[in-house]
Amino acid sequence: MLAYLLRRLLYAIPILIGVNLITFALFFVVNTPDDMARMQLGVKRVTPEAIEKWKAERGYDKPLFINSQAQGTGVFTDTVLFAKSARMFVGDFGRAEDGRDIAREIASRMGPSLAIALPTFIIGLFVTVSLALLLAFFRASALDFWGVVLCVALMSISGLFYIIGGQYLVSKLWRLVPISGYAAGLDAWKFVILPVAIGVVSGIGSSARWYRTIFLEEIAKDYVRTARAKGLSELTVLFRHVLRNAMIPILTGVVVVIPLLFMGSLLSESFFGIPGLGSYTIDAINAQDFAVVRAMVFIGSVLYIVGLVLTDISYTLVDPRVRFE
Amino acid sequence: MIFFRLALFIVPLLLAACGSEQNDPYPASERGGNILYSAFTERPKHLDPVQSYSEDEGVFTAQIYEPPLQYHYLKRPYTLVAASAQAVPVPRYFDAQGRELPADAASETIATSVYEISIRPGIRYQPHPAFALNRDGTARYGKLDRESLQGIETIADFPESGSRELVADDYLYEIKRLAHPRLHSPIFGMMAQRIVGLAELGETLQSEAKSLPADTWIDLDRFALKGVTVVDRHTLRIALAGKYPQFVYWLAMPFFAPVPREVDRFYAQPGMAEKNLTLDWYPVGTGPYMLTENNPNSRMVLERNPNFHGETYPCEGEPGDREAGLLADCGKALPLIDKVVFSREKESIPYWNKFLQGYYDASGIASDSFDQAVRFGAGGDVALSDEMRAKGIRLLTSVRASNFYMGFNMLDPVVGGMAPNDRKLRQALSIAIDQEEFISIFMNGRGIAAMGPLPPGIFGHLDGEAGINPVVYDWVDGQAKRKPVDVAKRLLAEAGWPNGRDAKTGEPLVIYLDTTSGGMGDKSRLDWLARQFAKLDIQLVVRSTDFNRFQEKIRKGAVQLYFLGWNADYPDPENFFFLLLGSEGKVAKMGENASNYVNPEYDKLFGQMKDLDNGPRRQALIDRMNRILQDDAPWIFCFYPKSYTLAHSWLYNRKPSDVGHNSLKYQRLDVGERERRRREWNEPVLWPLFAGALALAALLLPALFYYRRRERASART
Amino acid sequence: MTILPVILWSDVLIWLLVVAALVLAALSARNPPLRTAWHRVGRSAPGMAAATVLLAFVLVGLLDSVHYRPRLASRDSGAPAAYAIEVLSLLDALASPLRTRNEKTYSEPLATHGYAKESIETRDADGRLQIARDFPRLKYGGAHLDADARDLAAQRDADVGRRVLAATSLAALLSGLLVLGCASLLASRNACSLMTAWRALRRGETDFAWRSVLVTLGVLLLLLSPLAALSVDYHVFGTDKVGQDIFYQVLKSIRTALVIGLVTTLVTLPLAIVLGLVAGYFRGWVDDLIQYLYTTLSSIPGVLLIAAAVLMMQVVIDNHPQWFATAAERADLRLLALCFILGLTSWTGLCRLLRGETLKLRELEYIQAAQAFGVADLRLIVRHILPNLMHLVIIALVMDFSSLVLAEAVLSYVGIGVDPSMISFGTMINNARMELAREPMVWWSLAAAFVFMFALVLAANLLADAVRDAFDPRMAGAS
Repeated sequence: MLAYLLRRLLYAIPILIGVNLITFALFFVVNTPDDMARMQLGVKRVTPEAIEKWKAERGYDKPLFINSQAQGTGVFTDTVLFAKSARMFVGDFGRAEDGRDIAREIASRMGPSLAIALPTFIIGLFVTVSLALLLAFFRASALDFWGVVLCVALMSISGLFYIIGGQYLVSKLWRLVPISGYAAGLDAWKFVILPVAIGVVSGIGSSARWYRTIFLEEIAKDYVRTARAKGLSELTVLFRHVLRNAMIPILTGVVVVIPLLFMGSLLSESFFGIPGLGSYTIDAINAQDFAVVRAMVFIGSVLYIVGLVLTDISYTLVDPRVRFE
Repeated sequence: MIFFRLALFIVPLLLAACGSEQNDPYPASERGGNILYSAFTERPKHLDPVQSYSEDEGVFTAQIYEPPLQYHYLKRPYTLVAASAQAVPVPRYFDAQGRELPADAASETIATSVYEISIRPGIRYQPHPAFALNRDGTARYGKLDRESLQGIETIADFPESGSRELVADDYLYEIKRLAHPRLHSPIFGMMAQRIVGLAELGETLQSEAKSLPADTWIDLDRFALKGVTVVDRHTLRIALAGKYPQFVYWLAMPFFAPVPREVDRFYAQPGMAEKNLTLDWYPVGTGPYMLTENNPNSRMVLERNPNFHGETYPCEGEPGDREAGLLADCGKALPLIDKVVFSREKESIPYWNKFLQGYYDASGIASDSFDQAVRFGAGGDVALSDEMRAKGIRLLTSVRASNFYMGFNMLDPVVGGMAPNDRKLRQALSIAIDQEEFISIFMNGRGIAAMGPLPPGIFGHLDGEAGINPVVYDWVDGQAKRKPVDVAKRLLAEAGWPNGRDAKTGEPLVIYLDTTSGGMGDKSRLDWLARQFAKLDIQLVVRSTDFNRFQEKIRKGAVQLYFLGWNADYPDPENFFFLLLGSEGKVAKMGENASNYVNPEYDKLFGQMKDLDNGPRRQALIDRMNRILQDDAPWIFCFYPKSYTLAHSWLYNRKPSDVGHNSLKYQRLDVGERERRRREWNEPVLWPLFAGALALAALLLPALFYYRRRERASART
Repeated sequence: MTILPVILWSDVLIWLLVVAALVLAALSARNPPLRTAWHRVGRSAPGMAAATVLLAFVLVGLLDSVHYRPRLASRDSGAPAAYAIEVLSLLDALASPLRTRNEKTYSEPLATHGYAKESIETRDADGRLQIARDFPRLKYGGAHLDADARDLAAQRDADVGRRVLAATSLAALLSGLLVLGCASLLASRNACSLMTAWRALRRGETDFAWRSVLVTLGVLLLLLSPLAALSVDYHVFGTDKVGQDIFYQVLKSIRTALVIGLVTTLVTLPLAIVLGLVAGYFRGWVDDLIQYLYTTLSSIPGVLLIAAAVLMMQVVIDNHPQWFATAAERADLRLLALCFILGLTSWTGLCRLLRGETLKLRELEYIQAAQAFGVADLRLIVRHILPNLMHLVIIALVMDFSSLVLAEAVLSYVGIGVDPSMISFGTMINNARMELAREPMVWWSLAAAFVFMFALVLAANLLADAVRDAFDPRMAGAS
């Protein structure tokens, strides 16, 4: 097990390097260091000298990928690419182009992101699983049919509409919660409740339908038939056997997204003015802040890999027959 | 189980719903406080006075820092008055030999102008840990390192703080900081040409910075600045090269606010920058407010500076101010509000709705987001909708010190050129594009069609018949009337493009407009614009790109027609006319003249105009310059935008101002009225909650029914 | 010749897709498992209803995919032919009243007057200027009505009622004829009486879900014919900020959505199929490399990857203005670039799935045997492995469509969607979002975009369900 984990982690390194190269290449085709300097220095009264100074100070005056003038390993290490990405592997993300420490910023934004993402995830899972169970229980009835139709209808609505509509009804017309904003600590609940509710509702359609098919597959299995033949009531069968066994594929499928919850949600964070990582990412894209984009991509990839490893582990925990090669 | 979950959801809502104002986004503890609520859309990039330049930053910096001068709050045209200085300084002129010249000396003879600023004694800085002293008089926090900074996250975590008196030396220190190589002051390049010795200081510091490892503190005291001398504790003398009457305007900007060296030293200690403990994040000043909470992602809080030197509300203003109640607080001690809370509001809809619910007292300066929301008459008459008037919302407008224009690239073979025929093409387009319609559709009437580069409120702008652009307008019935399209068509034919076709080859005339997606880029504007060009049978192709690319194209002169605007730095015609100066050519000189317009006569007139004092002579020169521009038409003058603020009935003394942002200290709140209105407007609507619960129950009932039936069926078999 | 045909790249790809669909149909007809699967799709009532709706959308999209530049009117006949810079499509030509009748600014659906009061200058009998504030009369909306009438609203209502009645009765008649035609077709094919055929049709007992197709068609006709009848003289869904007809914008959005949903698969499928099969079949370092590639790509957060790539394409487009004769071509290339990028980011899932299945398939005995006999790898893959994976590909194709259409809206919100000059659901929503805050609220453009987008995505989802149920061997047993 330990050896396996170690191998997985080693395997992550080339992936992270690849991710870094891709982001780097993409970004610098779009944005030359000159562009970045101009963006940061503003529009009015920018002189070429000021740009050169800015670049030199931030280390963007070196060649991007290969430094043909340098000696020895300097050919690769004395470049923007190396200087900007090597330190990320030790958790040092450097500073955003406006001079603020990225790691610190990320740490302070993680809380709000999680305050939305975590309840959305847990309540969402709970609601969708119960709904799916309900549909599975009433399988092949009119309730099931219309339930599935409702699910399909729910998933055919763009996420933007949920947010726009939710804000309009709940906050504007009914004045039940603040329309946007965030507060730290316990005060957060009134800001969080609407984005969470919207997140849950917008996710119901696809997940409930997906879980329903998992339940149906499980119900079709022989052991369920046996259990039923033993005279167990339908509810007992459903809760004691089907639910327990079907949770395995559901949970293992869900594990991969857990680490990514840290990344927050792009849409609802911007609409609800929540100072989380999702809105940080959008801001960084708009402001063309390469340092932040790169850091977010890096973290996203790391979390994704962690998710994959967690999935593997959860498989073994759930099913002892699965062994790591 | 489901019921349990529902209960979990609804119970807190219901509990909370017992009181009103469930949607109050602020902590309950703040209710009833003398607190102004406002919003900001863009997080300020810099709060360090040498770097901060943009308007969003000015909202904060102008309250915290106090430069020597400020603009009078009420008087228009904008008038400079003293802030931390005793009076507005009057320059003394000297020739190359150091002999003093009379005030009306010809500007060629002036070698240096000297400004002597006397500072009011007894002004004290806001409390700050950098001023905290030990018993022996040394700085309490003078020797910090990463270790002793543990547990300190914000500036409020330092237990002790102190203050000290403002001295002239602090201004000198700040002027030196303009040349600091690591601070990138946007005005350094410009000021280096003006302030004697600043350029040399910049070079010295640059080489010094190179020899030192990064992040080490550069002690500015070790370097002299020739042009600035401290005469005594409260007097400062600044020497400028040549005559530069616009300098006083710069003295009203935070660039010239005092920065104490203790603070600079304090923030330069190791470990500070990593915790965002920098001047850029926690500014220190002598102004009426101080920044006590800085979380640019969600909330910034200004609180009254307990050490503020005191100032009283002005007792005179422009005509109409008394009627508007702006003089009612005459003589009261400023500031009138204890605390100002700025919340980050990125999306305009929440911003607008919170304003309507009474949670913002007024719309911010960057009120673009309110464009959509306010209904103005399509005919250009500005009025609030009845519903808003019933709520007591007031609308305050003023014409901004900025202009918007569509510039032609004069280097372009099709639209550029100075020959009479080239000019006619540009004139034809100036007539064809109906700015009045644009303003009414896209600006909600918040603008005035432009006649030239100078907006109203700037010296040189003329209203009425004398001020119209005779190329584009006729004066009919006491109103400026845009010339008919036929005139434009005739001009176009004379330019060699009859009916939009090349007179020789018959090729259709295609014009390319470059724009950013934010500016003219949105679809409806482009469609509208294409229709304007179609009036002359000209085909318009719009190329919208991101801002960087747009800038690059402008720099390379790779545009034909572009759309831009200019916000004045200071209210002087020089600040507008220099945008078309030959020596500012974008392609040739990397200047600000994006049209690459060169007209020697215009340049000559500019040289004469810029150093003159406001008066008939200057006006005559300006009129001639305007006429040249209107004839050559390097720009299509689009409009002068009007800024407007919406304010609730409980906010007093708000007057829009474009050049001075230090307006917070003048404003006053009627907190009781606000409480009452908020309660009235924010009665929560509870029936949807019950309806929702009922609907869920209704959904579950058939399920229960099915279940029962099935159970019974299975029991029977 | 009075027009200059313009062939946009996306047009080429769209028509290529039509051809590809025909080829796929032909291939499916020859492959028994696929044929039975398609038959199963044909039996699914919701699936066929959805397919009918989708077909209507596709028809609009195809009409909008034939482009040309009209000739400029020239006053002297000797001038050489010159063509407008504006690129029009067949749909534009058909809907030219919708396209050209622009009001000044907002107006409500079916309105005859503007939405906001305006100062209107009138001259008195004695020639004095009078300024009154009133709702201005629209230039085109209900222009055929008697303008001086006091009771314009009542007149309008009567006119609208008349038109709706006429149109619906026509539609009802048409649907009746359709049903009759269909029944007689069935009767002649099954060699039974018209009555029996009708009964089978009515009870939904036909082999193909004719009933749901006919019902859907009938509903579509009943809904669309009044729209068409009204849109000639009114703005059925109102107008936007610059007075453009919302109905027209909705129609134009359909093509954008279809291109995004369909053309993207042209990028996804080859990548996913080739790489997936190669990785699964050859294993070894090839497999490692491909696995590395897709793990790396899929570990980058999607929006960031798309944002960076879109911005990059934007730079390329901006740096080469000479490539494009018209703004439409530019917007078109940006749309294609977006499809391409979406394709690049979405192939990984399918690739992983195909790789896994190939790994399983290649262990099967007959494949092993064929390998032992020395059958060429390529031939083996194309002949034996690929056909066995076709069901996965088809499922992925229909499943992706709706998510791509939805993604477009979100990307436009973030500012990395289609060209701002291109009408799409995303740009419509993005513009309309602001209008909700107006007082009084402007709701119609958001509502129109919502209804049409919902209909499109819902139909796509329902069809996807039907296809998946029919093709997925696991699902065949489950439901």
